Formats: sequence, structure tokens, C-alpha cells
Amino acid sequence: MQKEVVIKICMGTGGIAAGGKEVMQAFIEELKQQGIDATVEKHCSVHQVGCRGFCARDVLVDVIMNGEKTTYQFIKPDMVPRIVEEHIVGGVVVDEWAVKEDYHAFHEKQVKVVLADCGEIDPESIDSYIERGGYEALKRVLSEMSPEEVIKVIKDSGLRGRGGAGFPTGLKWEFARQKNSDTKYIICNADEGDPGAFMDRSIIEGNPHSVIEGMVIGAYAIGAKTGYVYIRAEYPLAVERLKIALAQAKEKKFLGENILGKDFSFEIKIKLGAGAFVCGEETALIASIEGRRGMPRAKPPFPVEKGLWGKPTVINNVETLANVPYIIRNGASWFAQYGTEKSKGTKVFALTGKVKNTGLIEVPMGISLREIIYDIGGGIEGDRRLKAVQTGGPSGGCIPESMIDISVDYESLQKVGSIVGSGGMVVMDETDCMVNIARYFLEFTQTESCGKCVPCRIGTKRLLEILTRITDGRGRPGDIDLLLILSEDIKAGSLCGLGQTAPNPVLSTIKYFRDEYEAHIHDKRCPAGVCKNLLTYTILEEFCKGCTMCARVCPAGAIVGEKKKPHRIVQEICIKCGACFETCKFKAIRKG
Amino acid sequence: MITLLIDGKQVEVKEGTTILEAARQAEIYIPTLCDDPRLEPYGACRLCLVQVKGMPRLVTACTTPVAEGMEVQTSNEQIERIRKTIVELLLSDHPNDCMVCEKAGDCTLQELAYFYNLRENRFLGERRQYAQRDNNPFIERDMEKCVLCGKCVRVCEEVQAVAAIDIAYRGFNAKVTPPFEKDLNCEFCGQCISVCPTGALIGKLSIGRGRQKDIQKVDTICPYCGCGCNITLHVSRNEIIRVSSSPDNINEGWLCVKGRFGFKFVNSPDRLKKPLIKKNGKFEEVSWDEALDYVASKFREIKDRYGPDAIGGLSSARCTNEENYLFQKFIRATIGTNNVDHCARY
Repeated sequence: MQKEVVIKICMGTGGIAAGGKEVMQAFIEELKQQGIDATVEKHCSVHQVGCRGFCARDVLVDVIMNGEKTTYQFIKPDMVPRIVEEHIVGGVVVDEWAVKEDYHAFHEKQVKVVLADCGEIDPESIDSYIERGGYEALKRVLSEMSPEEVIKVIKDSGLRGRGGAGFPTGLKWEFARQKNSDTKYIICNADEGDPGAFMDRSIIEGNPHSVIEGMVIGAYAIGAKTGYVYIRAEYPLAVERLKIALAQAKEKKFLGENILGKDFSFEIKIKLGAGAFVCGEETALIASIEGRRGMPRAKPPFPVEKGLWGKPTVINNVETLANVPYIIRNGASWFAQYGTEKSKGTKVFALTGKVKNTGLIEVPMGISLREIIYDIGGGIEGDRRLKAVQTGGPSGGCIPESMIDISVDYESLQKVGSIVGSGGMVVMDETDCMVNIARYFLEFTQTESCGKCVPCRIGTKRLLEILTRITDGRGRPGDIDLLLILSEDIKAGSLCGLGQTAPNPVLSTIKYFRDEYEAHIHDKRCPAGVCKNLLTYTILEEFCKGCTMCARVCPAGAIVGEKKKPHRIVQEICIKCGACFETCKFKAIRKG
Repeated sequence: MITLLIDGKQVEVKEGTTILEAARQAEIYIPTLCDDPRLEPYGACRLCLVQVKGMPRLVTACTTPVAEGMEVQTSNEQIERIRKTIVELLLSDHPNDCMVCEKAGDCTLQELAYFYNLRENRFLGERRQYAQRDNNPFIERDMEKCVLCGKCVRVCEEVQAVAAIDIAYRGFNAKVTPPFEKDLNCEFCGQCISVCPTGALIGKLSIGRGRQKDIQKVDTICPYCGCGCNITLHVSRNEIIRVSSSPDNINEGWLCVKGRFGFKFVNSPDRLKKPLIKKNGKFEEVSWDEALDYVASKFREIKDRYGPDAIGGLSSARCTNEENYLFQKFIRATIGTNNVDHCARY
């Protein structure tokens, strides 16, 4: 009997960057060579799937034989022949390349709703989506439900905006439904811009139809005939897959005139963003679609009253929309079983930084930071000490280690000065300088400010300058108070969310790590040993064996000493590159 | 009508009025830099932030419409602190060369700095510096003095429908510029100058020709066409150095290139100040009486010899309606011909 073999290769942007395309090609060629040729295509197919989250282990390959799945990690094309020979032909799993316990631990505490089909289906095949229940929700909506009923389900589910602000989605739809206008719009905000956040990209790359289905359902609920997906031009693969998906959906009558033969028509246009972070702000996004400079305007009027071309407009984030089909399919109470009282469902986070397992994770709201870091993330790299977790990207704040048992939901994070945001989560350990972290985020918001309003345009620039001088060792007494005052004024005075939240990284790091600021300013010392100007490297005589390794790697020739005798660093010549510190096997070099 | 309370004062205004307009009607001062009642609200300078009871955040008075029963506070400790910070931030990125600035004495930023008594600056840091000059003939653009209020951009688009400039670049480097940083090449109506609150946009013709305090202002009517725009001549040392127009007049303060910049002829040495009659092959200055008598006698001569239809009259668009009426009356009734026309017909 012929064996049933399916090979799934991670082909998100992460997978492709790690060599997914080459691995896929290697499989196709190897299978052909081994005589498992095209005739057994049905039984042995190689196909691409979207992101499965664990990008740090790419290229990830699933080999499914007779229903039994083995996942391989870190696969390169030259490893393919052995997998084919031993596993597919020989039936023996190549154990050393297969994922271990920690891979499963990464997934164990996750609850996958929007990512459930990512990594399982072929994102370029609508049939693959339909096989797993895709477009069932749309069929049900159009045949059995009134727009009001759809809105009620979404309201009951407790779904809130996943773009950051957390506004109840059902309520937004209801407002738009109630507006009397012959033209309304629904916009999918795929202008994901937070540094390190890539959940929206992965959803579109891995399961574009879920977003489209969510949009069509949303359009039906509010009464829109036209929709836009505003997506970054820097996401070429996502754009490509979205285009393919739109064409397929149209062909199958899930989109276009008289959808599924009903009296409901809806079309989706793609608008590429030109790389401005601020265009993720809804009024700036609308201005950009209209062909104007992407600048926010004052609200009210809200887009739901006066949006695109002055018409009522609903703007939903990618993840929000991708949740919709699953909520309709499984019911509001199914969705609401996950999460806390006010934050329902799951949230996708981009877990990065100093954790062992980095990647995209989907967790139920209300999970603790500790579970995310230690159970899913596998703990801190090098088993160092956790210092803080930064959530919400440049608009968020740092949560110190002492608060690590906090529940991850909209309200709890806000209470401690951070936000859920779009889902960035950066884990920091004792080697991270909190002043430098604040400076990093300010550098980002400062360059991405549109420049319209004064507090944001000049205020964030001055915040950055003050932070830079502190990390450069030129901090002045009074700088902390100046940062605090300026931050408060920027928060209260800025026009849009960008400026209103830009000082959060500063405020939260001062709140929880004031001593680090003080050490920089008063003692001219960077406790984490990050800020170059405040660093000195010294050789501890008692540990130095005189092996000369450090002197050899020093690019500045700053290390002197005789063989087998303690060496010394000439501070005037030292450029503080840290090469000696990295090289020394005897821990004889002190940084600080 | 909508009734609201501003600083405890009951104010009644039309629906759709903004808080800022309502406050102005009630003679309550709210500082602004980017507001112009003739342009769409913009909300960029953030100076007009006010507290509205029940609203979680401060709101800009210029963009927020009034509502029945609204209670507005235009000033409190936080608001004043933010306003001061804003002005201080603006000054931290400004040349502050008021001693030589054309706008000194008529500059909103200078006024704000004065009222907030900003002698020191907590936020000194990098300042925008631009070496490039704009070589257009009329408008001096010193973008180091620009506060990005966007009024020039808006007037150019909303009023003039030209859109010759827009904001380019991001964040601290945001800058108002013509496309691709080229020299300005527009119709030079100069509306942008008229709305600029600082010395960022100045008429080139007036540079170095008189301080604001020395200027004598003379209200008159633009001589260029029948529109009759109200203009104000700015006179320094007995010469016109600038023309402006007040927003509360018939043309709402808007002028065209001719009205705003076409005043150099007044002091031109080539300008005729008395009539000339050619005598013995040479032009000689004569009195108005002599000149008019001479013209009248020549008209009569032609009319007697060839009949009235040998004479025709062509009037000018630069004349007022009244003057044009009188002209055709003169040709028809006095000369006795219907040969009368007007340049605007062609």
C-alpha cells in the first residue's frame, strides 16, 4: 500500500529568509530522484504553509506520514536527502533533527484561534482554507443572519480591537450600522509598524482568507460596499498572497457582485502604504488613502461618523478581522471562554528579546507574564536574571520583574503604565540598560512623528536629546525631572496617539528604574554595562593568566603585558568595543 | 442656538460653532498660532487646549464644536504649563534673531514669548538649519523660522486652489516646501505671507525698508481692477514698502499678485505725474486744464469734420464700475456715438 505523505514547509517571510524556498525545491527534486514522483502527488505532496510562530527555528518542516506528524527544525537543503531516505523511504525518523521537548513546550500554553490555520494550510490555495471550514461563517451570515444579529454575536464575544486601543469591535460596527449613509467603508489596517511586531504580516501571509472573510462579514454588518486593505509596501509577500486570495475569493463568489448569489455586493481594494508609521493612526491612514499627506486630524468627528471621503468608515486591525470568522463559526461564548472579564479571547504577541524561545505566540488574555516568559519562552537566555518586559512597542512601557505575575490584558497592563498595543513583547535581562531602551524607542517615535503638532515634533526630539546625553555620560542634575515634566506635557498636549503615548517608555522606565537613571547622571555609570561612554574595562590581576588572547583581539592595541603575567588595559587608548571581554576565558576582565 | 459656559460666563452661539469661535465672540482670549477663521480647523499648534467638563483629555478649542450645556475652562495650571512648554519648544528650534527680523513687532511667536516671559529655555538643543535660499522674485522663505502651523499650505490649497507647497519630511525635519525643494514657482499671490504668524514668509520687496513701528498705514482701494479690493499701504519714509489687506474687509483680506506686490510703479522715475503735449516735436509738461481743453477741442474738430462715428471709446478693466458707466455715458451722450467697448470683452 502506498504511504500517505505530506510535507509542509514554513514559507512565511521568516521561513523564506531562512531558506524555505530552497528547502522546498530540494524536497521536490529529492522526491523525484528517489522515484517518489509526480504520480504519487496525491499521496506525497510538498506544499508551503504560512508562519507557525517559532521563527527562531526556521526552516521548520512537517513530515506527515499516515497521519503521524514529525516536525524538523533548522532544516537546510543539504539535509533533505537524508530525511527523504531515512524517514520517507525508510520510515525511521531522523531524531537528531526533529524538534525536542522545548518545541512542544513553546506551543503547550498557547491557544490558537487566529493562528490555528496558519502553518497548516497553504495560504495560496482557497481550497485549503475551505477544507478547514473556511467561508462557512460567511455562508451562515448571508443565509441565516441579519446584520444586527452579526453585530450582536461580535458584541457578545467581547472582541476588542487588536491594533492597540482595544475598542470593542461590535460597538464600532453598531455605530457604523446606525449611520444613515448610502456609502460606507470598511478598512483593514495592515500598516503594522511597531518595531519587532509581525503578527499582522504573519496572519496575512499564513491565512489571508480569514482576513478577507472577516472583512466581508464586517461589510455586511455595517452596510459597506467597498473595503480597503491598507498594507505596508514593505510586506511584498503578504501583498502578493492577499492579491492571490482576493482573486480566488472573487472567483468563488465570496467577493464581488451578489456574493453567494445573495443581494449583497462587496469589493476589496488594496492600498499600499509608503512606510510611514503614523499612517497606522486611523485618520492619517484615511488621509493617505485619499491621496493626501499621512497626517492625523483631531477627533471627533470619528471615522465612524466622518471617515474616508467623508463617509462613515470602520477601521479594523488585521488580527481583529481574522478573529471574526472563527467567532461566527464557533459562537460568541466559545470565544468568550478565553480571557478575562473585560478582555476576551486570545492575543498574538511577538515574543522577542532575551528569552530562549522567540517567535509569534497566541495566548489567552489573562495569562500571566511569567507563564509567557518561562513556560512558552523557556526562560531567560543564558539563565540570566529577568529585568523587565516591554510591551506595546514604542507606545508601551516597561514592566519590571517584580510585577511579572501580572495578568496580560488591556486593563492590567494599562494600570502599570504599559499597554497591550499591537502585541510587541520584548524581554530584557540584567544586561539591558533601561535608559538606553527608552532612548531606542524615542529615537523611533521621533523619526516617525509626522511633524504636525508641536509637542510631538519638537518635544520628542528634546526627550531624545536628553536621553542621549544621559547615556553619553553628559546627563545633568535635574534631567530626570525635566524628562518627567516634558513627558507629561507631550502626553497631554499631542494631537494623536503617536505623541500621546511616545513618552510611555520614558515614564515607565523612570518609574521602575529611576536608580539606573541616577547612576548614569550622578555616578556616570551604566549599571547594565551597555552605555559605551560610561564603561571601563579593567583586567583583574588575580584572574589573568597572561594568555595574551585579549591583547591579540584588541583592535586598538590598548592591552599591554608580558606573556604569562597579568595584562593591563591602557584606558586612554581603549575604544570600549568589548572584544577582550568576550574573548577572555578566565573571566579576568571586568566591565562596568 | 446653543448655550454653554466658558470660564463661568454664559455664551450663546450658533450650532456648529467651535469653542474657539465661541470664546472669541464672548471676548475670552485663547492663544493660537495655527488658527485662521477663514481656513479649515487644523489643531496643530496645541496652544488652544482647553478643559471641557466630562472629557477625559484636554481638547483643542479650534477643532471642537460646542454642545449644549458644555462647560469649558480656557485656563488652569496644567493648560498654562503646557502652553508655556509649547512656546518654549518652538523657541528652542527658532533662530530668535528678533533684532534683525522683519516680523519683529508683528510676530505671534514673539508675542507669546513675551506674555509667557520666556527669558530662559529648558529645552535648548539641535536647531533646524537650512543653507538653501529660494530665488523666487517675491517671497522670502526662511524655513528656520517656520512653526509648521500649516496656514500657508492651507491657504494655498483651500483659498487659492494652487497647492504650490506642502509639508515634506517627518518629525523634527518636517518642512514646508515646493515640490522637490525647488524654488517657488507659483502665481505669487502672497496669501501665504499674509497668514504666516512668524518671519518665515516675508515679502522680498519690503526687506530692510522699515521696522513695523515706523510704518504709517494708509487704507485705500486697489487700483488694478474693478474688484475694488480694500488694501492697506504700509508707508515708510514716504515710500510704499508693503501692501496688506485686513481679513474683515470686503475681500476678506485676500489679494492677488498685482494688488500685493505691484506697487513699485508709484515711486518709479518713469512715472508721468503731469500731462504732456507735444509742441514743436517735443513733449512739454502742461497743466491739467490745458491738456483737457486740448483733448476736448480735438474731439470737437473730428466730430465736426467727420461726424461722431469717427470717434470710438475703449474702456479699461482697471476702472471701477462707476468710472466705466461714466465713460460710456460720455461717449454716447456727449460724443454721440455707440462706438464704445471695454477691454474685458476680448
